[in-house]
Amino acid sequence: MIPVLLDAVLAGMLVWLAWRSLASADVFKGVVLFIAFGLVLALVWVRLEAPDVALAEAAIGSGLTGALLLDALARIRARAKKAGDDAEE
Amino acid sequence: MPKSSAGVRALALAGSLTLFGMLAWAMVSLPQEANGLAPLVHERVDESGVSNPVTAVLLNFRGYDTLLEVAVLLLALIGASFLRAGEEEDAARLPRGGGPVLVSFARVTLPVMLVVAGYLLWAGSSMPGGAFQAAAVLAAAGLLAVLSGLAGAPRLYSRRWRAAVVSGFALFLTVAAILLVVEGALLQYPRTLSGVLILLIEAALAASLGLLLLAFFGEGRQRE
Repeated sequence: MIPVLLDAVLAGMLVWLAWRSLASADVFKGVVLFIAFGLVLALVWVRLEAPDVALAEAAIGSGLTGALLLDALARIRARAKKAGDDAEE
Repeated sequence: MPKSSAGVRALALAGSLTLFGMLAWAMVSLPQEANGLAPLVHERVDESGVSNPVTAVLLNFRGYDTLLEVAVLLLALIGASFLRAGEEEDAARLPRGGGPVLVSFARVTLPVMLVVAGYLLWAGSSMPGGAFQAAAVLAAAGLLAVLSGLAGAPRLYSRRWRAAVVSGFALFLTVAAILLVVEGALLQYPRTLSGVLILLIEAALAASLGLLLLAFFGEGRQRE
């Protein structure tokens, strides 16, 4: 009973996180939710008895991709700020 | 973003529901007892030179898949470096030096991360782990070093960085080419050497892919 409940909670969280990540108007919030999505997905892979995939998902899918998205976001904001400053001058 | 019309939304909803239904049907109609190629892999894992079936498939039975994956990563970095090349200076800089807390945190964590990466690489031959996971941990360690100001950001235009990023793929390709001539098939390892060759390739891939993944955070040449 408990494992089924755990799986149901994980599956529900996965869908909810995916939806919130795509639908949130704040891009930074979307990225953070995407990272959380990746970590929950890693847990799902563990439940599916695929620890190799879980490791790869946690390290690459969630960690590195999340960091890349944050980096891209910072660069876009810096560029937008510079464009705004140029327009004021 | 412009709001899409109700018609477009209904169409998208119908499309995704249809796709979901088809995928669910495909899952449900899968035969219950099918194990795919798993029994075959387990039967012949002793011949591969490693005892972890996943590593056996990735580096031995389907080694060329992994070879091409590394090539795809390399191509992705080349594409990304084109995007970075023309960036304005202040947009291209990663933030540096996050204060004493981050720096001392990095000093404590970095050695541990390096040990974890080495362990993951070594563990790959007998249990979950391997070159890609080790590389991701290495890249994360490198990123922490860059963000805390302990190391400079990767410079995509420097020859040394390019050589380091290419080295893992180059070694893998060289081994594949030599085996093609000697053994007559791509990545067909001789039985006695397979364990050593797989470990050699995995070690080179871990180091080189770690730098490759870190290089995605790199800087293009600054315009003077």
